[in-house]
Amino acid sequence: MRRSPTPNRRHVLAGAAAAATVVAAPAVVRAQAKAIKLAVLLPRSGYLAPAGQSCHRGALIAPKVLADFGYQVDLVHVDIESNPDVARTQCERVINDGAQGVIGAFDSASTLAMAQVCEQRQVPLVVNIGAAPQLTEQGYKFLVRNFPTGGQLVTNGLKLIKDLIGATHIDPKTAVFLHANDTFGTSQRQAMDKIFPNAGLPFRLLESIAYDPKAQDLSVEVTKIRALNPNLLLVVTRAADAIKLVRDMVRQHFEPMGIISPGSPGLYDEEFYQALGPLADYPIYNIPWANPKGHMSQALEAAFKPANPKFRFAVECFNVGFTFEALLIAADGFKRAGTTHGPELMQAIRATNIADHVMIGPPITFDAKGQNVGIPSAAVQNRGRTPTVVLPAAVATMTPVLPMPGWQGRT
Amino acid sequence: MIWSIYLGVVVQGVLTGLVYGLMALGLSVIFGVVRVVNFAHGEFAVVAMYAAFLLFHTLGLDPLVTMLPIAATFFLVGFLLQATLINSFVGRSEHEQFILLVGIAIVILNGLLMLFGPDARPANLPYAFDSYAVGPLFIDKVRIYSAVAALAIAATLFCFFRYTATGTAIRACADNLTGAAVVGLNVKRLYAITFGVGLACVGAAGALMVTIADAAPTLGPAYTLLAFIIVIVGGLGSMAGALVGGVLIGVSEALAGFIIQPSMKSMFSFALLIAVLVLRPRGLLGRRA
Repeated sequence: MRRSPTPNRRHVLAGAAAAATVVAAPAVVRAQAKAIKLAVLLPRSGYLAPAGQSCHRGALIAPKVLADFGYQVDLVHVDIESNPDVARTQCERVINDGAQGVIGAFDSASTLAMAQVCEQRQVPLVVNIGAAPQLTEQGYKFLVRNFPTGGQLVTNGLKLIKDLIGATHIDPKTAVFLHANDTFGTSQRQAMDKIFPNAGLPFRLLESIAYDPKAQDLSVEVTKIRALNPNLLLVVTRAADAIKLVRDMVRQHFEPMGIISPGSPGLYDEEFYQALGPLADYPIYNIPWANPKGHMSQALEAAFKPANPKFRFAVECFNVGFTFEALLIAADGFKRAGTTHGPELMQAIRATNIADHVMIGPPITFDAKGQNVGIPSAAVQNRGRTPTVVLPAAVATMTPVLPMPGWQGRT
Repeated sequence: MIWSIYLGVVVQGVLTGLVYGLMALGLSVIFGVVRVVNFAHGEFAVVAMYAAFLLFHTLGLDPLVTMLPIAATFFLVGFLLQATLINSFVGRSEHEQFILLVGIAIVILNGLLMLFGPDARPANLPYAFDSYAVGPLFIDKVRIYSAVAALAIAATLFCFFRYTATGTAIRACADNLTGAAVVGLNVKRLYAITFGVGLACVGAAGALMVTIADAAPTLGPAYTLLAFIIVIVGGLGSMAGALVGGVLIGVSEALAGFIIQPSMKSMFSFALLIAVLVLRPRGLLGRRA
């Protein structure tokens, strides 16, 4: 005997109960979620690999340290190969796989590609490192950046150059600005063009020279700079290109008073020290730095040492610190929001106010654009192949050395 | 003083260009005789760079020394590749040859990525920072050594083709394939030797390149493109043309980078290529078809 397909009262009731269960499920899941699933997208290979790997080491030790501070995170680590197209597709993939927040991506171009995906999917993106102003100027609602913009970096960096000149009593008359021609380098160039004329520095900027950070060598670039014979070389390098720059400067016997970065990576990567040895000493970079006296910095360093016996926290604290802080911001937002629902989680992240954190500076907060505007810089100089804070004097462990000693006789 | 800076840029360009030229020489030799365009040329150069890098880091052998065994190994690889695989494609349409060699290039590129990852590997030679001071000029030691080695290998190759029986037979194949077959030359074997010689050039050039640039898998397509530009500028099939083209490209890139903007230097290689294609399509030293 065949059953009638016509729904009866029992079927309707059963269906309604099932539907109610399905509708109620997210709330139950939300109430039960104890850890937030975060995808950490970094350039762990390709031309930005040294810095990407360094950030990755920070991400690897973060869950344990965060747990000690009462935050639960579940991390997924993804390599974006220093390629914005890969960053975009990998960001799509991790969100499809259930990532509730995205962290990354060291490189501004890749971060911009990820920001578009996160905006469409309403998943919060916390930028660990990435200075291109457009990240927080294009109205993204699902993005916050705990890192200075290029303009902030250059403003802070130039102010510190002025302080360095005062502290070392050097008298530079001219400088050349050499920068990578990628998104970050170009934004730094724009910031320099805008800020330098009013920065009140006692030297002239002779020329700004763009170079390809993937170039095989920088011999032509160095020849061009040597022809201009500046007293100071201001640089925005990326990673391995910093090695090529110094290598060609040594070969061409070009010895300016100093190599100073108004805020960029490359000069403090472990790879830089290993490749150049004593020749790696004396460049200065004016960037945010970890607070050696901070409670959380010390906890992070304590976790870093056993996990990375071949690497030094003193060298990696910039990348490790900012990557850890990005995870901290997402975990803190989740803790306060009590949900992984994108819009609610994002609202909580935007309202962040974390006083105890890793990097030097006031509590982490975000303005209406999602930018932390209170991150200061320190002047850090390579001394004995170790990044050493030389200014501001209040946190410095050594005094700055300028002019830098010649290349010859350093081996 | 400014003339010395320009002279320095030109000298650096010439020295780098000679190594480029040696790499392109292999492509030119293979095409000139076998009439197959090696689209995996740059990838083979990168394999040689990694071989030199590994030998330096594991055994401490200088790339200028290991260049010879690497070239010999590449000769064998080229010989076997031509004898077993490419010979059967010689008479087939160009697009089939293209797919075969692009396939080989993709296999090599991904094999290198799997073995070494995408990161650049510097050789860090003990004399990598040294330079010779010649008047007001500073000339990198690595570039001088590499350029001299490239010239020596090119000269050996000229002698091989000019003064040996095998070289003469290969030239006969290039000039008149039917005639060479009629007089009893073993054309397939000569093709295999030629492909081997072409790859030996690439092997030596790759070992020399590692003294100038860091080895990375992604360099392969860029080197293939560079070799094409050089042989088209110099004249496809012309050995002297490959060296002249290499030097021209090296110098034009260096001068353009110095005078205009370093980040725009590769644009001038393409400008030179277009100029040659328009004004002298057979290349500077190429023979009229």
